[in-house]
Amino acid sequence: MKFTKDHEWVRLEGDVATVGITKHAADQLGDVVFVETPEAGRAVSQKDGFAVVESVKAASDVYAPVSGEVIEGNDALASAPETVNADPEGAGWFAKIKVLNPAELDGLMDRAAYDQFLTTL
Amino acid sequence: MTDASLKITPLNAAHRALGARMVGFGGYDMPVQYEGVLAEHRWTREHAGLFDVSHMGQAKITGADAIAQFERFVPGDYQALKAGKQKYSLLLNAQGGIIDDLMAGRPDHDGLFVVVNAGNKDEDFAFWQANLSGDAKLTVLDDRALIAIQGPEAAEVMVAHEPVLAEFGFMDTARLMLFGVDAYVSRSGYTGEDGYEISVPAKDAERIWNLLLQDARVKPIGLGARDSLRLEAGLPLHGHDIDPTTSPVEGALTFALSKSRKEAANFNGAVRVLKELAEGPARVRVGLHVKEGAPAREGAEIADAEGQVIGKVTSGGPSPSLGKNIAMGYVPPSQAALGTALQVIVRGKPAAAEVVAMPFVAQRYHRKPKS
Repeated sequence: MKFTKDHEWVRLEGDVATVGITKHAADQLGDVVFVETPEAGRAVSQKDGFAVVESVKAASDVYAPVSGEVIEGNDALASAPETVNADPEGAGWFAKIKVLNPAELDGLMDRAAYDQFLTTL
Repeated sequence: MTDASLKITPLNAAHRALGARMVGFGGYDMPVQYEGVLAEHRWTREHAGLFDVSHMGQAKITGADAIAQFERFVPGDYQALKAGKQKYSLLLNAQGGIIDDLMAGRPDHDGLFVVVNAGNKDEDFAFWQANLSGDAKLTVLDDRALIAIQGPEAAEVMVAHEPVLAEFGFMDTARLMLFGVDAYVSRSGYTGEDGYEISVPAKDAERIWNLLLQDARVKPIGLGARDSLRLEAGLPLHGHDIDPTTSPVEGALTFALSKSRKEAANFNGAVRVLKELAEGPARVRVGLHVKEGAPAREGAEIADAEGQVIGKVTSGGPSPSLGKNIAMGYVPPSQAALGTALQVIVRGKPAAAEVVAMPFVAQRYHRKPKS
């Protein structure tokens, strides 16, 4: 699993990346009440806002950690947004993206580097 | 880590000890949440929530002309206000715009005790310093904390400490000894629930806060839930839902216009206010039920059924009590009737909305029958 400074995670299996927001991000947001995930077929570029997550207080953009084509958004979050708080790095995934350029992941942090990054915030 | 430009309330250390997440609000380092906004919201609706609202401005206006001078800039009848009562009002500019909304009451026989919004207090106090004339004097009570306790169990909690508080009806106020200190207490709040607001000396605030938290019915509540609670109660937030460009008529706050003051037309901004009462305002604050999609937040456009943009959302979000998305915003009076089908535009997408009555969640104030 790799991580961005915007607190997204990405897990690559073959050429399909599953992406979501980190536990730290979910904890900071507090109670998630609404999630808008991208539709299949949408082309996204790394760092594009491609999903929205909302707490009681505010809406926040979620940025694509890698470029590619969305093959599935997690529709289950529409009726159960609280899954993002309960299991952010598992059932609370946002989308699956068919990756264009796996080398983009090399620029992201591994778990140890991300944990270190969190201590600097 | 605290932003050094932010001021702190006398309860700052207590919030940090409780593990609150802190944010800047109204120039103060304030708790936005403790255990979570939804849980805190629900706790307040079901039990008793404790709020630090010490960031708000507290002052006394005293002197033989205090009430007459205060009245020049508000549309409420304070001459008729009995000792032991308080009243919501609006500080108006010469154009009838709302400089701030406030509570002013007579907890004792010595003029008025006023509570104003944190973000406006310096401006409000400067306004009164500059404009109160005759024998009327403003004294800012910046050595006091303000604590609110709100919810259906708030009265039981407080009456255990001071039995006389059971006798208070909604908007009753008094200066009395409470927790061994000189306190101003009113039965009022900003959540739609029964409860009290308690002004105590700053040096005693933490002891009283911790004492109240020892009661199992009481939990600390942050500004996040304070906002969702007041939204459900249909209460406007100054700087968002009302501001110096909006009038009391536009803001749907005509209940704050006393009959005698309208007849006398002798308050700041009366020309515009009376004209709007007679002819109707250009826009009016309404409640909206957003029937699909994402919550509509402040700034989202409101469109009519044909898609023509007619106004903007000024506050909005999910209603934890109702399980649906609600908002308030401004529309022309022709589109303000209950049941009017409108749209809100969230991130470019139109979503169906309907004009609904406010409060969204019934207020549960402790109103005593009029004697």
